[in-house]
Amino acid sequence: MTVIGSTQDPEALTLTFVAEFDAPPTRVWKVWEDPRQLERWWGPPSWPATFDVHDLSAGRTSAYYMTGPNGDKAHGWWTVVAVDPPHRLEFDEGFSDDDGKPTDDAPARVEVTLQPVSLADDREGTRMTTVNRFVSIEQLEQMMQMGMEEGMRLAMGQIDAVLAEGTTQHA
Amino acid sequence: MADALTDDDVDRLFHALADATRRDILSRTMRADQSITALSRGYDMSFAAVQKHVTVLADAGLVSKERRGRERLVRAVPARVRRARELLSRYESLWRERAAGIEAILAADDSVRGTARST
Repeated sequence: MTVIGSTQDPEALTLTFVAEFDAPPTRVWKVWEDPRQLERWWGPPSWPATFDVHDLSAGRTSAYYMTGPNGDKAHGWWTVVAVDPPHRLEFDEGFSDDDGKPTDDAPARVEVTLQPVSLADDREGTRMTTVNRFVSIEQLEQMMQMGMEEGMRLAMGQIDAVLAEGTTQHA
Repeated sequence: MADALTDDDVDRLFHALADATRRDILSRTMRADQSITALSRGYDMSFAAVQKHVTVLADAGLVSKERRGRERLVRAVPARVRRARELLSRYESLWRERAAGIEAILAADDSVRGTARST
């Protein structure tokens, strides 16, 4: 896996993340489509996800929860806005209460595209682009609080570097 | 992580940033302090409308207003802008971890097949 790059737009509250994988789009699509595969990577390392309901058809809602280090559960949902297997998926996501009722007024929108790319030896790879747009950020704060427990702490050094090259004037 | 924000703070911050004109005002004030008069020349809207946008930005703590002579100067508050940036950076590291998780699943395919990438 190679992280090709990411772009932040703090004023538009958008994050674009691009990575390449050594497998064709049909295979990478499965890690999104198959709930058993999805739950192996969706949650932060210290908050593994369990998907009770998952269906990537337009208009369908998925329900999942993440279990924290102390056994706390955080419930979340996706609603598929548009889908074109194995190349494109667009969904809204947010947190919900224990009964699955959304707690976010304005969900985050995620747009995923899987493009074929040619790798060495004529192998087909996939370039995965995710565009994450936030309108209300409560769930982002919440997500970040979870990830902070352990996994993300390691990334803090990098982030400080990013911030250092960011807003420097006035600072 | 120095400045912890309450849920209300976060709501105000993101409400303020949800509007294109306000984002533009913020960009301009980040480059240099601006008077409201100067700002309103840049938009097809009244002084009062621009002033309203500036008030939303100020309530969110993204800009401060300062009286200088007869003018009111609008100045960006970098700490808040930095906070928005920081949240996105942390979200980015989540995606890095997710991509590494996907990679691990794909790598397991290869070991199951025995011969890597036989297709």
